[in-house]
Amino acid sequence: MDTPAFHQGGDTALGFEWPGEDVSRVPFQVYTDHAIYDAEQQRIFQGPTWNLLCVEAEIPNPGDYRTSYVGNAPVIVNRDETGQINALLNRCAHKGSLVCYKPHGNVRELTCVYHNWVYDLTGKLTGVAFKRGVGGKGGLTEDFDPSQHGLRRLRVETYKGIVFGTFSDETPPFVDYIGGELAACIDRVMIKPLKVLGYHSQILPNNWKLYSENTKDSYHASLLHVFHNTFGIVRPSMGGGIKLSPSGWHHLSWTERVALDDQSTTREKVRSLKDQYKLADPSMMAHKLELGDLVTNSIQSVFPGTVIQQIQNCLAVRQLVPRGVDRSELFWTILGFEDDDAEMIEHRLKTNNLVGPAGFISMEDGCVGGWVQHAAQSDPASRTVMPMGGRTIEPSQGSRVTESAVRGFWKAWRECMHV
Amino acid sequence: MDSTTKPPLFQDTTPDALHVRARIEAFNADYANAIDSDRLEEWPRFFTEDGVYRVITRENRERGLPLSLIYATGRGMLSDRITALRTANIFEPHVYCHQISATKLIGRDGNGWRAESNFAVFRTLISGPMIVFVCGRYVDRLVEGDGHLLLAERNCVLDSRQVDTLLVIPV
Repeated sequence: MDTPAFHQGGDTALGFEWPGEDVSRVPFQVYTDHAIYDAEQQRIFQGPTWNLLCVEAEIPNPGDYRTSYVGNAPVIVNRDETGQINALLNRCAHKGSLVCYKPHGNVRELTCVYHNWVYDLTGKLTGVAFKRGVGGKGGLTEDFDPSQHGLRRLRVETYKGIVFGTFSDETPPFVDYIGGELAACIDRVMIKPLKVLGYHSQILPNNWKLYSENTKDSYHASLLHVFHNTFGIVRPSMGGGIKLSPSGWHHLSWTERVALDDQSTTREKVRSLKDQYKLADPSMMAHKLELGDLVTNSIQSVFPGTVIQQIQNCLAVRQLVPRGVDRSELFWTILGFEDDDAEMIEHRLKTNNLVGPAGFISMEDGCVGGWVQHAAQSDPASRTVMPMGGRTIEPSQGSRVTESAVRGFWKAWRECMHV
Repeated sequence: MDSTTKPPLFQDTTPDALHVRARIEAFNADYANAIDSDRLEEWPRFFTEDGVYRVITRENRERGLPLSLIYATGRGMLSDRITALRTANIFEPHVYCHQISATKLIGRDGNGWRAESNFAVFRTLISGPMIVFVCGRYVDRLVEGDGHLLLAERNCVLDSRQVDTLLVIPV
């Protein structure tokens, strides 16, 4: 395993220092600086972090694979003959070509089409074309040791059907990484075997961190996304708050209905406050209680780029992939449970109108990061200000009007980046 | 969704069939004209009362995955999309220019017709930048309405799984 750059200490190569100790002020430079972007790939995405790879249900059988990313590194995730899940850097040890260039499939071994180097599903190099040359001429040198030329392996952990990978030996076990309280929040949602309902992705015209911050920013939710308010969708007795991992790196923001005597109602009351706008067809707002509680929204982040989402009956994992200093791609995998009947699937599909690139309560996240990116590029010496809920990183019960979790993101960023 | 039977290699070119195809092409021009002229409130009227509208990626469709980016069943859900766009959703103002071509009349389907047409949509932001926003195929079922055709079902199958920034104006 490569030694991450920060083990050599300092960041003189980076030429960047965090201004002061406070994580409630963030210099715009971090969204625009190419050297910082490159360092993030090594120190964060290939550093001591767990990154979403896929869900287990996508690779149920031996030989199944799909391609994925960790940061900007392409990754293959597969299930081998023993049932084990392997994650491998999708880069031939020979010339660096992509080994798997199709998004998914089922194979017995991994063959790079460029020069026919062959790997088994664990990444071990098992064959090299013309290794003895032709007619006694050419071929590999005698000192070539195939065991030194496998595909680079990632460590893999599966939690509640979700597959995570890390390039680093230093990353603590997944549950220790996110902490027991937040692990229990995944348990709460992923209560049964999962089924993939579909995919899409969204190109975001901004640095990846602006989206990571956005997911942790519970302060903006009701202000930017005004769908509920506009349509007077009354959500009586809403409770909720913010949970943070002990490290501050990861968060959960949730909203719940306080139990009323409405015999575990399955539908939010929809009416117009302004007698002006109302939904002609509110069926997609129905919430079938399936998780044993009254939580309507649960948005959970795993640093750096993973989101696990329950919005009513819309379950999803989101994977954030940086595509350059001012561009990122957000991969949505929309989920149901394996035992959903046709009616439940139909309901989830309707509920999905709320989220994704065309989502009633999420589409704005596609453009707002770009608007910040504009500012950052025009004035990298300036900074953002995040004073809501103090300057510390603390959980919040009852209120989501806080930027605490965003400050937690910057704590994680600084610790990984050693700045 | 639609039938999975293979479409005929050559479509029916009898005068009656060509007339139907010409009507579908005219319908698509009206549809594009309404959206591209920002007369979005008229858009639900291109559908039957319980017409279905999906924007789905080719990847999902070919893999048999049911997820759509937009899924509306009936004029109520269609008009909610437009009301939300006008009153709730926030985005940089932009317009579409639809190019619809290669209409193929697949055949009769009960009391209506099945047809497919290619589309490409250019998106222009008011600040100027212009891109090919989406391209793909309309997979449609049309029925006779009140003197004109109506969509009983329109599946907008996007060739790409990527959506740039956001999708708010219907395709």
